[in-house]
Amino acid sequence: MKIIISILLCALLAYAVGIYGNLPWWSFVVTNLIVAIVVPQKSFHSFLFGFLSIGLLWGGLAIAIDQGNHHILATKVATILPLKGSYISLIVLTSFVGALLGGLASLTGSFIKMK
Amino acid sequence: MRLLPFLASAIVTIGVVFVLNTQLTIGPTKSPKLGYFLSPQQGFWKNAEIVNTNFDASIVAGELKGNVDVYLDDRLVPHIYADHDEDAYFVQGYLHAKYRLWQMDFQTRVASGRLSEIAGADKLSIDRFFRRLGMVYGAEQTEANINATNPVMKATVDAYTSGVNAYLKQLAPEDLPFEYKLMNYEPELWTPKKTYLFLMFMSYDLTGHSVAADLQLTNTRDFLGYDLFSKLYTNNQDSLDPIIPKGTVYQKPSIIPIKPVNADSTYLLHKSGVAYNLQTKFETSPEAPNKNNGSNNWAVAGSKTKSGRPILCSDPHLGLNLPSLWYEVQITTPTHSTYGASFPGSPAVIIGFNDSLAWGVTNAGRDVLDYYELKFKDSTENEYWFNGEWKSVTKRKEVIKVKDSADVVEEIAMTHWGPAMYDAHYQNPQSKGRNLAVKWTAHNASAGVETFYQLNRAKNYDDYLHAISLWTCPGQNFVMATKSGDIAIKQQGSFVARWERQGDFIMPGQDSSYDWQGIIPNEENPIIKNPIRGFVSSANQKATDITYPYYLGTATSFPLYRGISVNKHLITMSQITPQDMQALQTNNYNVFAETARPALMRYLQTDKLSTDAKRMVEELSHWNLFNEEGSKGITVFKIIWDSVEQAVWGDELAGSDIPLTKPDAYVLLDQLLKDSNWSIADDIRTKNKIENFKDQVALGVENATKKLLELEKENKLEWSLFKATRVMHLTKIPALSRMNLPIGGGVNIINATTENHGPSWRMIVHLTDEIEAYGLYPGGQSGNPGSPYYDSFVNYWAAGKYYHLLFLSKEKLIKNERTKWHIQFKTA
Repeated sequence: MKIIISILLCALLAYAVGIYGNLPWWSFVVTNLIVAIVVPQKSFHSFLFGFLSIGLLWGGLAIAIDQGNHHILATKVATILPLKGSYISLIVLTSFVGALLGGLASLTGSFIKMK
Repeated sequence: MRLLPFLASAIVTIGVVFVLNTQLTIGPTKSPKLGYFLSPQQGFWKNAEIVNTNFDASIVAGELKGNVDVYLDDRLVPHIYADHDEDAYFVQGYLHAKYRLWQMDFQTRVASGRLSEIAGADKLSIDRFFRRLGMVYGAEQTEANINATNPVMKATVDAYTSGVNAYLKQLAPEDLPFEYKLMNYEPELWTPKKTYLFLMFMSYDLTGHSVAADLQLTNTRDFLGYDLFSKLYTNNQDSLDPIIPKGTVYQKPSIIPIKPVNADSTYLLHKSGVAYNLQTKFETSPEAPNKNNGSNNWAVAGSKTKSGRPILCSDPHLGLNLPSLWYEVQITTPTHSTYGASFPGSPAVIIGFNDSLAWGVTNAGRDVLDYYELKFKDSTENEYWFNGEWKSVTKRKEVIKVKDSADVVEEIAMTHWGPAMYDAHYQNPQSKGRNLAVKWTAHNASAGVETFYQLNRAKNYDDYLHAISLWTCPGQNFVMATKSGDIAIKQQGSFVARWERQGDFIMPGQDSSYDWQGIIPNEENPIIKNPIRGFVSSANQKATDITYPYYLGTATSFPLYRGISVNKHLITMSQITPQDMQALQTNNYNVFAETARPALMRYLQTDKLSTDAKRMVEELSHWNLFNEEGSKGITVFKIIWDSVEQAVWGDELAGSDIPLTKPDAYVLLDQLLKDSNWSIADDIRTKNKIENFKDQVALGVENATKKLLELEKENKLEWSLFKATRVMHLTKIPALSRMNLPIGGGVNIINATTENHGPSWRMIVHLTDEIEAYGLYPGGQSGNPGSPYYDSFVNYWAAGKYYHLLFLSKEKLIKNERTKWHIQFKTA
């Protein structure tokens, strides 16, 4: 139960702070950290849930946007970055970048309040 | 709390945030801030537009005098219906910003020498070039003049500006255009000056060819000597078919420019004595404006059309870019109703039509930019020698901000002639250590924006004449046709009354004897109305034959063959329909090759050729003379012609330390036709042999065959594969561009599509009671690379197809099935 709560909470808060373009894009680092303090886990679990929450959020949003856009922009960006024009690679990269940072943030939080 | 793991983890987290929030240097470019760029809520994903987006919107704007309705059609063309003219321009500014913000910002940054501010020291040489050329100076003159003397234009540009800014002010950071996120900078508010800077850039694009050409021609003359120079760069164009038909009688000129008495010895025969300072650091100039920045336009009278009503056609040939230079719009107010292509960055329609009249432009190609050589008293450059005394300069300060680096300050000496562009602080390989001031008509205040404002409202020939009389730079051939049946074309601009060869080369600047002796009065500019032949046309050729009393400029500025082709077709056509005009605008017939192929063949001794060369010549002789997409014959012709040119004058031009201007194709063709033993044909490097055309054609064909065999191996012999036409994004990033388009055409062809240049807006207007118009440009209405409307016209354009343009009253438009969305602008 705690697992689901912490993943959902992380994703929800990350989404909420992401709506405001005036806040930095990495604001979810702070919210993940707070969730890790409020809902304490073992360090490894914290990392995993933080990783999954942002990975799923960013990956999910990217997939939804890309579907609606018929891969037009993702294909172009995946050529610039360069990912050989593969929109799938770009979605994976997006998801991974968010996930990594989300995981690290939660991990850091987990060290603040350990059982 | 476990302190050590916490600290370690925190440091790693902060480190990752830092790296993902930094632009990393990758080779010559900088990456976006990767974390920001990939963020689905803030980065590029936000620009991935939903394919069936609903563009309906309701916008409140306190600046408006009344409500404005905008309907977007299925191609995303806005149809603006406003009760007040200023409101219409406010909304035009808003829409330009909504769909083309980054491009507007970027283009004016280029024009004003502010690229380094966003891209770093890498772009400094481009910025210095434009600053020293006086781009900002010119825009300032125009702005001051309009503010002081032209309240209507001031109000128009102000309304446009507040429209752009109304969009900017409501723009959320996450909705910034894609390119800002990629390059990591932010837009700034629009100003009227930016509009004038943009128009200044068009002056540069269309008359700035001389910035490089005058230097190159001077160096070429110095290298060859004037005698040889004048053979290779002759001003005689035997086959010219001018805009104003031959035989037209011109009135006596009001200005008779006097050639300075020493011009033959000190100007034409001048050998540059300037010491080549090898210590000088050379700057790279931006690529000079394309010599083929030209266009076609024509109008046929009712006597030649099926309907009995005139048809007007205009297709400006410019660099092909995404987002496109053009943005289609309809503007309807109680004073006028106009449709056409507008410039994001400027109010009103630039090429288009209203309910009474249609107009189009081609570039006049007249020389309005000259260099004068200065003698400074000393290295302070505070004084220069002029008319027998040391005269003081004023120093103009231009501060260039550079990203991640200190400001660079240009102190430009302003002289009698204009800015001292080249001096001890700024040189390129072509300027060769000289101190050169630029005199350019674009430095003078311009009321050009009013020309378009008036053309948008013109009802008849007199209105048209009045509108274009305000036009100064860049000189254009304005074609027009009215519903009432008039057709006309006039070459209009501020043109210098020149003596022959004045300003083709760098001129002495130590006294006023080489100064401009006047601007030709508007009434004496070439014009023709309702000619008997039933059409008027222009394709950047010389406007007149040699009986016109003023010197038009060096013939190398004027392409010859497109005009011949246009007129050749128009003369024979009758019962013309808009569909015939579409076929003509996209016509691929090669009128140059029609003459050049047999001229080459005459000198060709086929039996002496290698087997491969024979095969290529076979391909050439079976070619149908059309530059079609899949044609191999045109590729063979082009490579052979270029090789023969190289064989004929490559020796004369060899050995220069800097690149020289290549002579024009007509020079060689005219000589081939004359069957003369032209002395230039001899290879001056072979001392004991005198080559003639037969030798050089044979050599040319054999050399060409080597290249052609390589192309054949790479499977690039077909014209469109060889030519590889592309429409490049302004940043030149291929992924944002359209490469290798399947399209024919080329140089000398009415369909003037080359590698990265060509018909940038094709328009055909049939002046029937209900105007029937067709058009498109190689781009799309949206500047967002993430939108399906980004490049939606490109395939159609390449295929030579047209859209039927919706030009309707509000009542009819609302009911039209192609009308898709409604944006309401409400006053507060």
